[in-house]
Amino acid sequence: MSRFISILLPLSTAAIFLVVWHSLVRLSGSDLFPTPMEVVHGIRELIEKGLLLKYIVASLFRVSWGFMLAVLVGVPLGLVLGWFRPAFQALNPMIQILRPISPIAWIPVAILWFGIDDTAPIFLIFLASVFPITTSSMAAVQNMQLVYLRAAQNFGVKGPQLFRRVILPAALPQIITGIRIALGIAWLVVVAAEMIAVNSGLGYLIIDARNAGKRYDLVVAGMVMIGLIGLVLDLLIRQLEKFDEVKWGYGQR
Amino acid sequence: MDNANSLIHVRDCWKSFPGKKAGGQVHVLERVNLDVNAGEFVCVVGPSGCGKSTLLNIIGGFFKESRGEVKVAGAPVNGPDPRRIFVFQENGVFPWLTVEENIGFGLMSRPAEERKERVTHYINMVGLTGFEKSYPRELSGGMRQRVEIARALAANAEVLYMDEPFGALDFLTRIKMRTDLIRIWQAEKKTIVFVTHDIEEAVQLADRVLVMSRRPATVAEEVVVNLPRPRDLDSPGYLAARDRIFAIMGMDVHGGGVGDPK
Repeated sequence: MSRFISILLPLSTAAIFLVVWHSLVRLSGSDLFPTPMEVVHGIRELIEKGLLLKYIVASLFRVSWGFMLAVLVGVPLGLVLGWFRPAFQALNPMIQILRPISPIAWIPVAILWFGIDDTAPIFLIFLASVFPITTSSMAAVQNMQLVYLRAAQNFGVKGPQLFRRVILPAALPQIITGIRIALGIAWLVVVAAEMIAVNSGLGYLIIDARNAGKRYDLVVAGMVMIGLIGLVLDLLIRQLEKFDEVKWGYGQR
Repeated sequence: MDNANSLIHVRDCWKSFPGKKAGGQVHVLERVNLDVNAGEFVCVVGPSGCGKSTLLNIIGGFFKESRGEVKVAGAPVNGPDPRRIFVFQENGVFPWLTVEENIGFGLMSRPAEERKERVTHYINMVGLTGFEKSYPRELSGGMRQRVEIARALAANAEVLYMDEPFGALDFLTRIKMRTDLIRIWQAEKKTIVFVTHDIEEAVQLADRVLVMSRRPATVAEEVVVNLPRPRDLDSPGYLAARDRIFAIMGMDVHGGGVGDPK
């Protein structure tokens, strides 16, 4: 019964949302803003033209590269900063100044450096995700329970072994949380970057549909796709939290 | 007891920590003398916050004494040592490893076959057969402490330093853990230094109980518990030893009131 309700409740919310949306468009008499049905037709049109898949692949390609580079740089960097006090003192102020600069503010610089191709958005996604990953990895090491470290030292484990066998696994749950947040941000940023720096991808689809003929049905179709893919990405990355080696870090669920 | 050949030898040990006020010092230990012989089971009791855990951490090599002499097996203590393993109250079992991986943690340099053999042996000894592949989060608090004890034994530690290891467990589990610890100690012939604030626990377990004073703490008195094991908790010998410690700690159990420790 409760399972039935847990499915029924969100479906009803969605249904009400769609009805309200439809009625408001009809009431306003707008001929630019689409009804839900027109958006569905828009999505079908994009599929038939072969654009939807092409643009989704383009966006995912950029996110994958930028995000992977950010993980490869951010996790080791964060572990080192969290463990070695001098490294933290040297680099952390710089990181904390760069971190609040919106990746959007980097768009002109990225275009200047990399021109109009895939490199600029990949760079922007890297920038957007590397800071949350670094910061969370760093905090994970700094907040590690002292008892694990003591136990490891007691057994004579030190150096790279200590990193691999204790520090990394102890920090992993919080690192994964950071990675999850970073992927969400990366997906936000790819859309913004594609509006300006390239001519493909879901961000480009939205800005192009608006500029070439005020096709708001395609604009909203693009938005819906972005939302759905963002949801799928989060569900996928959440699978990382289900490994036995990290489950302990997420409380009882 | 003054024994130059004792395994653990602490003479005139002082420890202070920086206080909250600038330049201020909190004196935790003062003139502590202590000896533990190989194979002995020694309990250290004292009022909570008195510094008994600090003392154990100094002997275990995690803290450095401010002054004095701390030697184990004839050598000054310079940091923790795999031959002498600490069992932590807050449980130092690694939650990302299974029971068998935890118990094998200190055996990484041994051949796989020997490792497996030792792990199996000690899983049996602490009564965790069938839980080899379980993760600590799937175990009860008492089972997790068993894993930690087995991990120390598997690594062939000669000495176990136990810092209120049963403090977080429920009453019945605590009783069972005590019985099992005595059985393991008798089978393995280890030296155990066991810190607790529970006087009954100390008298049930120890060959000797060292009673510490309030802070700055020193060893106020030593009570030898020369009773056969398993111990009868109603025997006159047991009750006498227990009441003696209560009296040293300033509690008159028969008068019904709690006296002033000073």
